[in-house]
Amino acid sequence: MAAERKTKLSKNLLRMKFMQRGLDLETKKQLEEEEKKIISEEHWYLDLPELKEKEWFIIEEQSFLLCEDLLYGRMSFRGFNPEVEKLMLQMNAKNKVEEVEDEAVELDVSDEEMARRYETLVGTIGKKFAKKRDRASYEEDENGHIKPTVKVKKMFLKPQD
Amino acid sequence: GVYWVDSQQKRYVPVKGDHVIGIVTAKSGDIFKVDVGGSEPASLSYLAFEGATKRNRPNVQVGDLIYGQFVVANKDMEPEMVCIDSCGRASGMGVIGQDGLLFKVTLGLIRKLLAPDCEILQEVGKLYPLEIVFGMNGRIWVKAKTIQQTLILANILEACEHMTADQRKQIFSRLAES
Repeated sequence: MAAERKTKLSKNLLRMKFMQRGLDLETKKQLEEEEKKIISEEHWYLDLPELKEKEWFIIEEQSFLLCEDLLYGRMSFRGFNPEVEKLMLQMNAKNKVEEVEDEAVELDVSDEEMARRYETLVGTIGKKFAKKRDRASYEEDENGHIKPTVKVKKMFLKPQD
Repeated sequence: GVYWVDSQQKRYVPVKGDHVIGIVTAKSGDIFKVDVGGSEPASLSYLAFEGATKRNRPNVQVGDLIYGQFVVANKDMEPEMVCIDSCGRASGMGVIGQDGLLFKVTLGLIRKLLAPDCEILQEVGKLYPLEIVFGMNGRIWVKAKTIQQTLILANILEACEHMTADQRKQIFSRLAES
């Protein structure tokens, strides 16, 4: 009697893979369809024909920035605020896409001064490495620049009769 | 092809990307409330300044003037502004310095003054050293060496709207003399 009655197994159990291996193809298909039905009935959808979105060539913008080529809002004249003046050049140059040609590197020290400094530098550093005897020969020039005096090489003097 | 409608109005509507001058009205937690002349105050986060971190807060007090740009501005949301550009640099934005005078003009005048070929600004710049900041919300801040010069400047800019070019030149020549 127990063999006649089939134990009632739940649907979930039947859906499991190890239970489905024994099933026929047909029953498998039926089960799948039933599942799909359940899912699709829960999903809402619009029963309308497919609508095509109209192509719209007009774009609405509220900003004036795109319309007019306006300058940058911060300005300084006659050197009141040098940082703002630098900004003015930067921002307005960006708009016009002009290459700033005047980007000459501002020298802090002019070339002449550099040459003068190097001149005296040679003297002062040279003094450091000169021997004690020669250090005395480092005289001060008219401008106060330390210059090594030209050493007169001592030649052999022939004794006069 | 770009078409636009140029109209004259005094009331400002926040627009994304516009540089405006705002007044700090309140400081609440991490943001400042900035009045820009629109329907509601804009919010400005304290991190939206150059070099600002959670530990290093910007020095902004209630009543300060701020020059910034809008990052969010539409009719559905509260406008948000920042004092930093897309690269992370301040590029002139931030707290505007001490002294000077803030006054209101129409929006059309601002656009006229900021046009690339504006004669008014060139003439004004020749008078004496000065600094001007234009906000697209109709506010202009000026600063000159003396109070008198600042006031003269403010009056000129306000009156520029209704004067013809000749009248303007007359006034400038009179000023240049004095």
